[in-house]
Amino acid sequence: MPIIQYDNVCKKFDNSGRLAVDHVSAQIEKGEFITILGSSGCGKTTLLKLTNRLYDPDEGKVLVDGENIANVDPVALRRRLGYVIQQVGLFPHMTIRDNITVIPQLMKWDKKRMDERADELLTLVGLAPSEYRDRYPHQLSGGQQQRVGLARALVLDPEILLMDEPFGAIDAITRLNLQNEFMKIQEGLGKTILFVTHDINEAFKLGSRVMVMNEGKLLQFDTPAEIVKNPADSFVRSLIEAARSQEEFWENVR
Amino acid sequence: MIEYLKRHPEKVIGPLTEHIWLVLVTLVISLAIASFLTVLAMRSEKVSDLLNNIFSLVYSVPSLALFALLIPITGLGRTSAVIVLTLYNQYLLLRNFTTGLREADPVACEAAKGIGMTDMQILTRIRIPLARKAIFAGIRLAIVSTVGIATIAASINAGGLGILLFEGLRTMNIPKILWGSVLSAGMAVLLNAVLKMVEEKM
Repeated sequence: MPIIQYDNVCKKFDNSGRLAVDHVSAQIEKGEFITILGSSGCGKTTLLKLTNRLYDPDEGKVLVDGENIANVDPVALRRRLGYVIQQVGLFPHMTIRDNITVIPQLMKWDKKRMDERADELLTLVGLAPSEYRDRYPHQLSGGQQQRVGLARALVLDPEILLMDEPFGAIDAITRLNLQNEFMKIQEGLGKTILFVTHDINEAFKLGSRVMVMNEGKLLQFDTPAEIVKNPADSFVRSLIEAARSQEEFWENVR
Repeated sequence: MIEYLKRHPEKVIGPLTEHIWLVLVTLVISLAIASFLTVLAMRSEKVSDLLNNIFSLVYSVPSLALFALLIPITGLGRTSAVIVLTLYNQYLLLRNFTTGLREADPVACEAAKGIGMTDMQILTRIRIPLARKAIFAGIRLAIVSTVGIATIAASINAGGLGILLFEGLRTMNIPKILWGSVLSAGMAVLLNAVLKMVEEKM
């Protein structure tokens, strides 16, 4: 059974003439690292938000663990799915530890368990707990904040992680480090990941399979190698050509 | 002035305590009502606009007129005064509360929703702490405006420092007029300064 299944999903926003997500069907198996690639406005973020009920589809359905999520309480569903966004959205008035354990606090975990969990996660994302746990978000760099964002998303040990351009606002060098570290973390955790990005290199590097989207439609959903070998249409082909021409630039400079 | 206070301490202290009492009672009731209305307003933009429009309309009615309007319903005295003062406060409190809460870090609020907080949890754990300055500013404005408008409440027998002013004016008793104006103006200025200091520390 696929862990996530999109079944003819459509979403339309009031102020727009076309569908933001246009009849998307796809199945994602447990443990896959799926990247969703497309330029801004292609519907990739909308598809992600349809997965944790930040939006509800106008047509079609989304199944998580075989269950139609329209019948699941949105708050309970969101606690089962980790969620990381580009601007991180840490809570500025809380320490790093409280940011990570905010949902466990609401679920009345005992203090010791929460402290241990926070330290464990900080270590996992590469931040020394003794140094960072009592700091406030503004005392951290952008890259460090996103590490905390990841720790917060992992606190309830969700099976699925939804990530919306998590490294999009981070400088190139830090981004490369974070990508590599995140791939290592993921090997240990074995989560199912949906990772939205507009960066073709990031999408092909991280994804075991890549969803290519344009104007709300899912154009191709395959492994990076297969997409490069057999692009589904002219849009996918031009996307690959654009990436290639960039590469040529670097080759020529050398 | 000092002489007058020495000779008739009760004539100054009495209205002063009445005035403070009027302000305190009004504040407690106003805050209770405003908190309730704010929760309602946070649920939908429409309710919020409606409430803000109603109270801005009420706020634009001159206080003397509003006191007069209430006399046939709740009569002369403190009750009418507290009702009018509370009505005025709703505009100041509600406007500051709702804008502060709505404008609280939208990214943090979006993240809070995405990780599984209920709307009420987002309000109490994220929005209110982040909007504390705006909330406090609303309370400060309400207190200062109540101190001022409460002097007019003397015109409907609600007591307070306005008594000194009105009586002093009628009998041309200069010390009385001075005590009334110095105390009411002083209270407003002092409270504003102190509360503003607290606000800046937040």
